[in-house]
Amino acid sequence: MPLLEMTNIHGGYGGANILNGVSIAIEANQIGVIVGPNGAGKSTTLKALFGLLTVSEGSIVFDGKTVTNMAPEKLVLQGLSYVPQEFNVFPTMSVEENLEMGAYVRRDSFRHLIDQVYDYFPPLKDKRRQPAGELSGGQRQMVAIGRALMTEPRLLLLDEPTAGLSPRYMGEIFDRIIAVNKAGVGILMVEQNARQALALAHRGFVLAGGQNRFTGTGAELLADPEVAKSFLGGGADHA
Amino acid sequence: MNPSLREAGLFAGLILLVAGIFAWLGAAYGVRMLVEASCYAIIALGLTIQWGYAGLFNVGLMGFVAIAAFTTVLISYPVNDVFWSGDGPWMLGQAALTLAIGVAITLLLSRSTRIGVPKGLRTALTLVAAAITYLAVQGQLDPAATLIEREAGFIGGFGLPVWMGWAAGGVVAGLLGWAMGRITLGLRADYMAIATLGIAEIVKAFLKNADWLTRGTLTVSPLPWPVPTPQELGFVASRSAYLAVTAVMIVVLYVLLERAWHSPWGRMMRAIRDNEVSAAAMGKDINRRRLEMFVVGNFIIGLGGAALITFTTIFDPSSFAPLNHTFLIWVMVILGGAGNNLGAIFGALLVYVIWIMSEPVAIFLFTNAEQLGERLFGWEAPADLYTRALQMRVFVIGLTITLVLRFAPKGLLPEKVVKYD
Amino acid sequence: MPEAGLLAILPMNELVFFLNKVVIAGLIIGSVYALGAVGVTLIFGILRFAHFPHGDMMTAGAFVALVLLWMFPGVGAAVGLPTAFVLMPIAMAVTALLAVGLDRMFYRPMRKSGVKPVVMVMTSIGVMLMMQGLLRLFAGTGTRQLYADTDDKDIYRIPLGGRDLVITEPQLMLFATTIVAVVALHMFLTRSRMGKAMRAVSDNPDLARVSGISIDHVVRTTWLIAGALAAAGGTLLALDVTLKPDLSYNIILPIFAAAIVGGVGQPYGAIAGGLLVGFSETLAVFNWSVLLRPMRPYLPEFIEIPAKLAFVPTEYKIVVPFFILIAVLIWRPTGLFKGRVNN
Repeated sequence: MPLLEMTNIHGGYGGANILNGVSIAIEANQIGVIVGPNGAGKSTTLKALFGLLTVSEGSIVFDGKTVTNMAPEKLVLQGLSYVPQEFNVFPTMSVEENLEMGAYVRRDSFRHLIDQVYDYFPPLKDKRRQPAGELSGGQRQMVAIGRALMTEPRLLLLDEPTAGLSPRYMGEIFDRIIAVNKAGVGILMVEQNARQALALAHRGFVLAGGQNRFTGTGAELLADPEVAKSFLGGGADHA
Repeated sequence: MNPSLREAGLFAGLILLVAGIFAWLGAAYGVRMLVEASCYAIIALGLTIQWGYAGLFNVGLMGFVAIAAFTTVLISYPVNDVFWSGDGPWMLGQAALTLAIGVAITLLLSRSTRIGVPKGLRTALTLVAAAITYLAVQGQLDPAATLIEREAGFIGGFGLPVWMGWAAGGVVAGLLGWAMGRITLGLRADYMAIATLGIAEIVKAFLKNADWLTRGTLTVSPLPWPVPTPQELGFVASRSAYLAVTAVMIVVLYVLLERAWHSPWGRMMRAIRDNEVSAAAMGKDINRRRLEMFVVGNFIIGLGGAALITFTTIFDPSSFAPLNHTFLIWVMVILGGAGNNLGAIFGALLVYVIWIMSEPVAIFLFTNAEQLGERLFGWEAPADLYTRALQMRVFVIGLTITLVLRFAPKGLLPEKVVKYD
Repeated sequence: MPEAGLLAILPMNELVFFLNKVVIAGLIIGSVYALGAVGVTLIFGILRFAHFPHGDMMTAGAFVALVLLWMFPGVGAAVGLPTAFVLMPIAMAVTALLAVGLDRMFYRPMRKSGVKPVVMVMTSIGVMLMMQGLLRLFAGTGTRQLYADTDDKDIYRIPLGGRDLVITEPQLMLFATTIVAVVALHMFLTRSRMGKAMRAVSDNPDLARVSGISIDHVVRTTWLIAGALAAAGGTLLALDVTLKPDLSYNIILPIFAAAIVGGVGQPYGAIAGGLLVGFSETLAVFNWSVLLRPMRPYLPEFIEIPAKLAFVPTEYKIVVPFFILIAVLIWRPTGLFKGRVNN
């Protein structure tokens, strides 16, 4: 049974639907990557999954439990964690306080988890007392992911974790994501840098117009000439 | 329900209510109530421009009303010969001259960067010049004020026709709005509310304390009327004449506003209100348009305020209880339907009638409660029960605001959404 | 004794007068503003609207203290402090609950239906009018004393050569309470889980929500703190002067000025802002001629010292916070401590 199974999701903001039947399924400990042109509904899919917009049709099953339209604060308790694309840190709070806020729902001791985040992202350890808003873009992204890891999620949702980062940081973030996944955390991420992301994906989903276009392993999608032509090659067509 | 049917129904109900009051309390009372309500309706029209059209949050209404009322007094109150024959005008002229020179120097200094003065020095010089000007003017004004208060009481007016006073009152209120708007319109609504509240308090403090100019707490009366006074015509006829004047003003304002609202200008204003970002993206100068709205609104508020205070025949700076009356007008606008001129007029009439009637009702209720309490529990009512009872009305205004915002945010006569194909 | 010589030259009389009229008076009114402004700034940071009934909440707190005073008149004498001060913690608790109740009844339904911030401000003004009406209905419009007959208002005089430095018991209690409140608030916001969650919501409410922070809990805590501090400020002000039901209009403008000067959403800024506004007021209405007069012998002949030389006549005290407010809004809208302007 897959860890996450979203079936035929419809939904959007207010009246207009953005999602017109998206289906996503990934197993535990896998990396899933959602790619597609702008406006395809990639980020919206994550938001629908995380209860940030209303799903009008379809079902979401996580870990054998139906979680359709469950409030975010409850989903955190179910083992899901979400990193928004922007505004994903508490800017006036220190790095360590950001991590503590990630562990807000925990009542037990989480000191070891903070140390674990510092192990994943060594630069943060030196900056632990610094306000997160003063960090560089890449380091802020590390804080954001670190914050989301503090609940020990079984599935981590990342919305364009490398958007706006320099190539050096992009590579570093991808490396860290793989390391997190190796430690037993499933990943579902939306990415603009489709080739790099699919290269590390167990499962890839190509969305367009709020629907699945292609689904397969990352390698399959990269090898598919149709996918390459329409969605990976001339990015300019869809920019 | 069909909107025009709804309008007709509501207005018919209102007419019945007013007719009942006429029958119960007599024509003189009824006409007085209607005149006051019509003045409030003019003020409400001004506010609905600001709030309903442009989304501007003006809680300093009473400040604008007060300044307009004062201007009316200054323009149309009879000339005070004692003042003009004394040294007062001469001394005031000197103070004005000092002020003009000081302001000119300050302004020149504030632009001195153009001739190569460093910025820091410029700011310092400007501030020093402003401070010196302020102290110098204050130094000349103080003896002048003392002299005027001792010899003449206050400076009196210019004895010009009342309508000129009203117009001038509107213009001054508009100018004050312009100055305020320049400062606050770029800010978020909360800040604007706070700033307008502040300006109202300052205007009130000024009018109350500048005895040489306004007679302060001694009050000025009787104010001249634009129509023959009750002494000449009797209450009903003279008040009816006054009502005719204000009614004509409402009709003229209403027609002008409706036309403006359906013009391209009005369309642009709605676009700005409903979607500021996209209107800005279309290259509209939002703050400029809003400033226009704010100034026009304050002009109308000033006009209505001047008419209202003239009707009461007494100018008493301490009577401008800022918040209660301000929010009485707010209730009129939001209950009537913000953004709908007819709604503002209807709301003003209805709310004012209820407001006026609530006084006897509150006292009636409390007197009964007092007797009941005495009889049943031997409760001894406090001596100031009447003033306390009237405080209930403040409570009711507040309650109405919260209830309307929650359950009928569009008001009784909602704004008609204009559709374009 | 050279020191004594120096002291003799210094116009001690006038300096002490200055200390009494400006420093102490500014500290007192500044502390009251600070206690109010902290609540306003927290509400602004978490709920994003200007809370107009805050002055009335302070008055309500003081009236709760008054009612408690009637109920337990002897408590103060037993401890040796004014009864109202001893009972103040209860008044704070009651007012805190009142604040939460007001939120439940009026603000939360509006919040849930997602209205614009400006409608929240209107609602808060409606609540302000209701509170005012009720306060005056039950308490009348007269002035009352928050000192029971059994309490005595101690006045401490510190001799400083000539004139005495005067400070009263309620003023000392006000300083003490303000300091305790500031330290406690600091500890709460930087050390406790809920305090940090409040800062998180103020920083980024959406992220706080996806982190699993319950916005409802944070909002409730905010009202509890704001209500308690408002009650403390109102009670102590009433102890220092008198208890009047129309505190609200006179105090809300300086409080807003303090919150905005300090940077909206910044509790420490609000405290600094409160003191700044308080000092500005006392400095502005101070008669500087008093300080100039002893310098008469050293000044050239042609300068005459006017009998009254104040920046602002006392009647126009209200313009001081207003001008501070406008100046900050024009030149530094984020406040001196970088608060938020938008959202």
